[in-house]
Amino acid sequence: MLSEFIVEGGDFTRAGSASSQIKKILKNLNVSPDVVKRVVVALYEAEVNIVAHAFKGVIYADISNSGIKLVLEDEGPGIADIKMAMTKGYSTASQTVREMGFGAGMGLPNIKDNADRFEIISNVGKGTRLTIEIDFL
Amino acid sequence: MVNGRIVCGESRREEIVEYAFASDLMSDVLTVRNGNFIMITGLANVQSVRTAEMSDVPFMLLCRNKKATEQMIEVAQENNLLIIESPYSMFRCVGILYNAGLKPLF
Repeated sequence: MLSEFIVEGGDFTRAGSASSQIKKILKNLNVSPDVVKRVVVALYEAEVNIVAHAFKGVIYADISNSGIKLVLEDEGPGIADIKMAMTKGYSTASQTVREMGFGAGMGLPNIKDNADRFEIISNVGKGTRLTIEIDFL
Repeated sequence: MVNGRIVCGESRREEIVEYAFASDLMSDVLTVRNGNFIMITGLANVQSVRTAEMSDVPFMLLCRNKKATEQMIEVAQENNLLIIESPYSMFRCVGILYNAGLKPLF
């Protein structure tokens, strides 16, 4: 099952709505609560990253019997130094993002911790593509 | 104990909670794997409620006299989240609840 969600950059009132919808879908499919939590925590952090840093983005969620593959593609500034971005505590977030309770450099490392497979590809000035795979079994 | 007022999720008021986690940083809350705790925060925007939703956290204490916004209450109701508002500081809330027996997660 393939679902698609549009994410608008800067719109913090709606940040998390895609993650919320995917949580409901996974609960309806009787995926175990521990796995659902890993999926939605990783996805929510990634969704907030698009809102915080990019102009806009799309989330593709591909759910099969064995797991979920999430691809998040955004149009934005990209990440100049992925190694630094993966370091806990490193962040380039604005004051607005910090006022929302994010931007402390915890997001990408936490996404990786929750994922079974994780990939990040970025083109500076163009955007970022994040792939998160989590197995159900 | 914290001079609190329940603003939504009244149906959960008799439930028992054993653990608490206090933070204004939602990314910190999202690193906690266990979800069965009360989240104590001064962050009164929809992202604190979304964080509780994603983390499967059933209870939230809003301290420092912060008020839950309409949008927060709407999302909280969708997710059966109990929210209590307290006029006390986070330090005071945490001290009172720790003395009353609520346990830290780590």
